[in-house]
Amino acid sequence: MSLSVIEQSNKPSPCCANPYANLKPGAPPESRALVTAVLLALGLGAWAAAYATVKPLSEWLAFSALGLAHGSRLGESVAFFLYDTPKVLLLLTLIVFLVGIARSFFTPERTRAILAGKRESVGNVLAALLGIVTPFCSCSAVPLFIGFVEVGIPLGVTLSFLVSAPMVNEVALVLLFGLFGWKVAALYLGTGLGIAVLSGFVLGRLKLERWVEPWVYESLNASAGFEQERLGFTGRVGKGLEAVREIVGKVWPWVLLGIAVGAGIHGYVPEGLLASVMGKSAWWSVPAAVVIGVPMYSNAAGIIPVVEALLGKGAALGTVLAFMMSVIALSLPEMIILRKVLKPRLIATFVGVVASGILLVGWLFNAVL
Amino acid sequence: MKIQVLGTGCAKCKQLTANTVAAVEELGLGVPVEKVEDLREIMKFKVMSTPALAVDGRVLSAGKLLTPGEVKALLAT
Repeated sequence: MSLSVIEQSNKPSPCCANPYANLKPGAPPESRALVTAVLLALGLGAWAAAYATVKPLSEWLAFSALGLAHGSRLGESVAFFLYDTPKVLLLLTLIVFLVGIARSFFTPERTRAILAGKRESVGNVLAALLGIVTPFCSCSAVPLFIGFVEVGIPLGVTLSFLVSAPMVNEVALVLLFGLFGWKVAALYLGTGLGIAVLSGFVLGRLKLERWVEPWVYESLNASAGFEQERLGFTGRVGKGLEAVREIVGKVWPWVLLGIAVGAGIHGYVPEGLLASVMGKSAWWSVPAAVVIGVPMYSNAAGIIPVVEALLGKGAALGTVLAFMMSVIALSLPEMIILRKVLKPRLIATFVGVVASGILLVGWLFNAVL
Repeated sequence: MKIQVLGTGCAKCKQLTANTVAAVEELGLGVPVEKVEDLREIMKFKVMSTPALAVDGRVLSAGKLLTPGEVKALLAT
């Protein structure tokens, strides 16, 4: 039901008349931008209206329309699913749209230009920050790696970027903010950046250049790469819509699966059961979460509903955060791709250092909170 | 005219190849679409994100899955 609302408000439907059709071919760019601004305002208004109706509608559906009892296991599971699905999908659509616009300002080429010639410590911090906003897909990891190395960006700085880009995920960040509040979101952002900066710095100190496949250095001939086209306001909004089509279109089944698992945990796992296994007192639960999480690979959007349900049942925040980070930051497909430029020993060290960082974060949170 | 699609074999790269083939057919250019999968070859084009589209050795688009229509517009210029 709410799904169709999303599609109407945020996706351009090919069936409808082109809103730019009335503009004369030679119309000034301002009038084009004005049409875009009006459409944008309408879309955001529809989004806000849909978001406001999610809670009452889901409760009415679960407890009145379906007649499920408050407090019953099935009732609580179904209510969780009906409430979280439209809420998470709506949040996801808005976030992906805004990030798509933000990312149109950052290209891999521009990021490389910013990082080139920076000192190692400053470079690590900058690389971690830029990792959040630079468009990155694991299938581009290798060209990006070589592109960074060939302009003389240190290996450690490049690795900081490669840790931060998947780990500090803007979708995860905003979903954490929406579901748990700003404190958890800030913790995730701060520690994620910290791990990326420190592990890149440590790997840089280890002088691992000899574990990079030799052909990478042989093919070095730094020069200006491909020049991206210039975008106006309408072009940037278009980039946002493109991101929504591409990302939301791809991750929604994972989100539904994640919410279904979360709903099951929410309704059927007794309160406090996880406190003994995943609670603060069990020190071994953090390494266990990392060991389980590293080989697993899920999308950030799919893992968060599971996180929400685990936390609700008494699992400690540090343990859950460690699990989530190891699932999304270290993925097998990316390692296989990186194997083309990095020798197994460097990949193993990379995984080891990042996993240790995640481990420390888990323990730190369980100790402080 | 030499049309090349650069990509290491991910889903997006395969899709771009298919879209490019469709665009070439619609334009009736009658030239083959070459797929460049070897990383060292790809790096010679100086792209930092894949999939990329190159015509006569010049990169026209990188890091974007173009639709057949967008490929047509690029090839027409």
